[in-house]
Amino acid sequence: MFWRRTADVVVIGAGVQGCSIAYNLAKMGVKDIVVLEKGTICSGSTGRCGAGIRAQWGTEMNCRFGLAAVEKFEQLHDELGMDCGLNQSGYLMVAYKDSEFEQLQKSMKLQNSLGINTRVVTYDEAKEICPGLAAEDAVGFTFHERDGHADPFLTTFAYMEAAKRLGVEFLRFTEVTDVKTVAGRVAGVATNRGDIDAPVVVNAAGGYSQFIAKMAGVEIPNLSERHEILITEPVEPGVCPPMLMSFSGNYYIQQRPHGSIIGGCSPEGHPQDYDLGNSWDFLEMMSRTFVRLLPRTKGVRVVRQWSGLYNMTPDRQPVLCEADNVKGFFLSCGYSGHGFMFGPISGELLAQLILGQEPWIPIGMLHYSRFERGELLIEPAVV
Amino acid sequence: MAGKNEDIIICRCEEVTLGEIREWIEKGYETFDELKRVLRVGMGPCQGRGCREMILREISAKTKVPVADIHPGTFRPPAKPVKLAVLAEGGDK
Ligand SMILES: Cc1cc2nc3c(=O)[nH]c(=O)nc-3n(C[C@H](O)[C@H](O)[C@H](O)COP(=O)(O)OP(=O)(O)OC[C@H]3O[C@@H](n4cnc5c(N)ncnc54)[C@H](O)[C@@H]3O)c2cc1C
Ligand code: FES
Repeated sequence: MFWRRTADVVVIGAGVQGCSIAYNLAKMGVKDIVVLEKGTICSGSTGRCGAGIRAQWGTEMNCRFGLAAVEKFEQLHDELGMDCGLNQSGYLMVAYKDSEFEQLQKSMKLQNSLGINTRVVTYDEAKEICPGLAAEDAVGFTFHERDGHADPFLTTFAYMEAAKRLGVEFLRFTEVTDVKTVAGRVAGVATNRGDIDAPVVVNAAGGYSQFIAKMAGVEIPNLSERHEILITEPVEPGVCPPMLMSFSGNYYIQQRPHGSIIGGCSPEGHPQDYDLGNSWDFLEMMSRTFVRLLPRTKGVRVVRQWSGLYNMTPDRQPVLCEADNVKGFFLSCGYSGHGFMFGPISGELLAQLILGQEPWIPIGMLHYSRFERGELLIEPAVV
Repeated sequence: MAGKNEDIIICRCEEVTLGEIREWIEKGYETFDELKRVLRVGMGPCQGRGCREMILREISAKTKVPVADIHPGTFRPPAKPVKLAVLAEGGDK
C-alpha cells in the first residue's frame, strides 16, 4: 500500500479539534495535510460528549470564545455543506445557592457587556422554557436562548468531509508512537504504519495529549478524568427543550431533536482510568436527578450509558499554543468539558497561529507556561 | 447491487435505508461504529439487534472481509432499556 513519507502538516487525532484545525488550515491554503487517528474518526471524547454549546461564561476570553462558537455553529451547515444537528433552545442555568446565583448574575453582566443577551428568569418563566421542570429548591435561573447543542458526530464528519474536499488526507488505525525533533524543531512522527516527516505537527490527541507531548519532550500538566453520561429512548419533543445545567446541582440534561434525552454529571473524585468503564453508581445518581428535576421522565427508559475523557489542566482551561522548546509543534488540548463547543473557533485560531498570523481572538494566555508562572485563568462557570 | 433494493429500510428504529448505508460505506465509513455515528444505525431502542447483521454484511461486501472478522461495534449497557424511576430507586429488585 502507498505510504506517504512527508507532509506539510501532520495533525494527531481526528476528534473535533483535529478535524477543525485540518479544515481551517486547508481553507487558508495549506496543501499537504494529513490527519492521523489511532482508531476510527470521532472515536475519542468528541463522540462521547454532551455536545452543549454556550456563551454563558464567566471570563471575558471564554465569553468571546463562546459567542464566537455560537455564531460559528449558526452558519456551519452553510460553510461545511453538511447538517451538524444544531439545536438552539438555550441553556437554562439553575442555581441552588445564593452565592451561586450571585455569581451567575455577575457573569451575566459581563456577558451582556460583550453582546451576549443572557437574562435572569423567574421560576414561572423557567417552567415555560422547560415545561414540567421541578426546581422549587432553586434560588435563581439565567437563560441565554442562542445557547444549545449540536450533533458531535455530524459536526466532526462535516469538518472531515469539507477538509477532504480541500485535499486533506485522513488515515485511520494509524497510531503515532513517537514525535521526532531535531535541534529544537519538530521533524515528523513515527507511527505503527511508518514514519512521516513534517515541519509542523499538531497535538490534538484529546485525552492522550499529555503522552504525545511527552514524545516531543514537552511537559504539560494535563490529566484525563473519566466522566459518565447516559441517554434515554426517544420520547415526545418538549420534555426538556433547553440544556438544563447546574454547577451545585451537578447535572446537565438536554433532549436531542430526535427525542432522546441525554444527561451527565461530574464524577466523585477524579477517576483517571483509560478503560472508559461504566458504573452503577452513576446510573442510579443520574436517574435520581432526572426524576427529581423532570418528574414526568419516571417511565422513560435508559437505553445506553457510556463514559469519556475530560482532558484537564490545573485551571480547566485549554492549552492552545506552539511549544517553546520544540518549534513547529503545536498543541490544542486540555479542554475539560468544553472542547466540543470551542472546536470550530480554536481550530480557526490555531490555524492562524500556525500560519504566523495574529489569531483574531488573542490566545497568548492559553500557553502552558502559565502553569509554571502560577498565572491560572480563573473561570467560575466551568465543569 | 440492485438499485430497486435501495429503499428498503435496514434499521427500523432509526429509519435508515439500504441506499443510505451503501452511500456512506462508499464514502469510507467502513466500520459499524462509524456508520452508527453518521446514520444512527444501531442507536435505537433495539440497540442494533434488528439491523447489525445486515449492515455487517454490507460492510463485508465492500471490504471483502468476512462478516465473522468485522468488528460488530461497541455494545453499551444497559442491554435492556430500564425505566429511570426503577434505576433511581436502586435498580430492578
Ligand atoms: C461525558 C462528556 C461530556 C462532555 N460534554 C461536553 C459538552 O457538553 N460540551 C463541550 O463543548 N464539550 C463537552 N465535553 C468535552 C469534549 O468532549 C472534549 O473537550 C472534546 O471532544 C475534545 O476534542 P478533541 O478533538 O481534543 O479530543 P478527542 O475527540 O478525544 O480526539 C482525540 C483523538 O486523538 C486520537 N489519538 C489519541 N492518541 C493518539 C495517537 N497516539 N495517535 C493517533 N491518534 C491518537 C484519539 O483516538 C481521538 O480520536 C464532554 C466530554 C465528556 C467525556
Ligand atoms: S433496527 Fe437499528 S437500532 Fe433498532
